[in-house]
Amino acid sequence: MAKRIDATNVTAYYGAFKAIENINLTVEPKTVTALIGPSGCGKSTFLRSINRMHEVLPGARVEGNLTIDGQDIYDRDVDVTAVRRMIGMVFQRPNPFPTMSIYENVVAGLRLNGVRRKSILDEAAEKALRSANLWDEVKDRLGKPGAGLSGGQQQRLCIARTIAVEPQVVLMDEPCSALDPISTLAIEDLMFQLKDKFTIIIVTHNMQQAARVSDRTAFFSIEKTGDPGRLIEYDNTQKIFSNPGQKKTEDYITGRFG
Amino acid sequence: MTTTLTSHRPRPPAQPPTLRARRLPKWLPPAVALGALLVAAAIVYGAGIGGPVLVVVVGALLYLVGLFAAANAVEGRRSARNRTWSALIHSAFVLAVLPLASVVWTLVTKGLERFDANFFLTSMNNIGARDPEGGAYHAIVGTLIQVGIAALITIPIGILCAIYIVEYGRGRFAFAIRFFVDVMTGIPSIVSGLFVLAFWVLVVSPYFSSTGRPGFSGFAAALALSVLMLPTVVRSTEEMLRLVPAPLREGAYALGVPKWKTILRVVLPTALPGIVTGVMLAIARAAGETAPVLLVAGGGAAINFNPFENNQSSLALFVYQQAGDASRYAPARAWTAALTLVALVLILTVAAKLLARRNRLGR
Ligand SMILES: Nc1ncnc2c1ncn2[C@@H]1O[C@H](COP(=O)(O)OP(=O)(O)OP(=O)(O)O)[C@@H](O)[C@H]1O
Ligand SMILES: [Mg+2]
Repeated sequence: MAKRIDATNVTAYYGAFKAIENINLTVEPKTVTALIGPSGCGKSTFLRSINRMHEVLPGARVEGNLTIDGQDIYDRDVDVTAVRRMIGMVFQRPNPFPTMSIYENVVAGLRLNGVRRKSILDEAAEKALRSANLWDEVKDRLGKPGAGLSGGQQQRLCIARTIAVEPQVVLMDEPCSALDPISTLAIEDLMFQLKDKFTIIIVTHNMQQAARVSDRTAFFSIEKTGDPGRLIEYDNTQKIFSNPGQKKTEDYITGRFG
Repeated sequence: MTTTLTSHRPRPPAQPPTLRARRLPKWLPPAVALGALLVAAAIVYGAGIGGPVLVVVVGALLYLVGLFAAANAVEGRRSARNRTWSALIHSAFVLAVLPLASVVWTLVTKGLERFDANFFLTSMNNIGARDPEGGAYHAIVGTLIQVGIAALITIPIGILCAIYIVEYGRGRFAFAIRFFVDVMTGIPSIVSGLFVLAFWVLVVSPYFSSTGRPGFSGFAAALALSVLMLPTVVRSTEEMLRLVPAPLREGAYALGVPKWKTILRVVLPTALPGIVTGVMLAIARAAGETAPVLLVAGGGAAINFNPFENNQSSLALFVYQQAGDASRYAPARAWTAALTLVALVLILTVAAKLLARRNRLGR
């Protein structure tokens, strides 16, 4: 079930601007990988190129090689929607569908992909909302608009929406940046659960969180503004946080830089 | 950034000792207004230079000056400016609403005279210049049929066209379409009527008519109205689709939803209220067109439910014909027809808005 992701020389552009350059890393199945690094170093860009969301922006393109279990994600014959169904994503900013209710938001992925049976949808909605630690807050108002929730609730709604379709790989772009400690813990618990079956990649600015939840950590950085982001170091989380191989990594995680 | 800011303002403004400030008493602004009007009346009538309109204009100006002076004396300069500007904005609002209110007032007062069952249940067939009866049944039927057909043609084409431009269009072809839609916006209605006359009525319609001769029809009018409606529908839909935030689309894509389904189930519903408004504007505009209907539907006094054969009238055309008619009963009919037309458009708009809102969730 769980998938292994290989990135080889991945370079991504926004028009003429090169945002990341030559990223090489391998994400093992059933692990949590944390991407850390200063703002603007290309973590989101890399994450978005994994499920082919990067190319959605006009002028944006990706070079290099990305495979999932050996299959090239960017192969010409690959169906983009299949890739995205396999690799789910939680965005940096919550984006619930404004015309849909809370319930409809959670089951949107299933419904729009053809699942009709009410019992299946109900079950999936409750399960996903419970996993995202949102069920108790919204169970009495599932029919209310999703946009009427607080920022943190919306973020958890988007997490629920993503895991409701049970993707093999879950990409999370700062999923806890708007959450209180309790919900953050719940999301971290969720990651531990999901790890049993799925592969998870998470972007975070919270060092403790990276240290708590991830098995491997990748540190990205940029030389200076305008330069492309690069992968500085990628290793076991313990190693990165106790004995980093690079001076820059050490400076960043100890707070001397970034 | 910071340096320029600080050079403009070397010190932060002094903190006021208290948060409370002296305010004008509530009764003062109305009193100033009254005083201004009295003074204005005295000036205008005293000098004998005008009537009530001038009194109001001069009074308004005096009020602005008086209010500024009073507020400046009591509350200080910033507050005085604030009061003057809000007074100006309110006057602009009144100025904008006045003509509208006047139109509605005229329409209602003059239109109610013939607003009776006879008007809505009879046509102008066999109504002579001496007959006080006669109604607009045929014209209402004509307007509904023509605008209905035109809407059926333009709404799907227009929305699909806008979706193409916004979601799929790349390069020259999309640019060309946008350009031609812009050009179409500027087509005068008479030209659109002439186009349908030359193309449909004279060339195509003989093949469809039972007699084999060219003929006027309500359908031809609907075609001419479509030409007028299409650019409005396309442009307003286009604007609304562009307003749908990109992260919403991305949210759907990230769930593995195909693009067409994302457009259908996420983008269109989000933009729906705006699209409905644009479509209703187009319909309202088409319902008020006279020239194309006159050119290609021919008008007519009798009821005709068939849009494909024989002359048809419309409310706008009816207004035009009755207003120019020599009969002394005709002007009343024209006013009532105009009132009916406005009411019809209003009802359609409200109904469409309610429908669009029903699909949305209450906030
Ligand atoms: N839509 C865009 N168009 C052009 N440039 C972009 C766009 N999005 C991001 N960039 C640029 O690409 C670079 C990497 O951005 P990215 O969003 O990947 O950073 P990030 O590491 O996720 O930062 P943060 O931690 O602040 O989220 C930045 O220099 C950014 O300005
Ligand atoms: Mg980011």
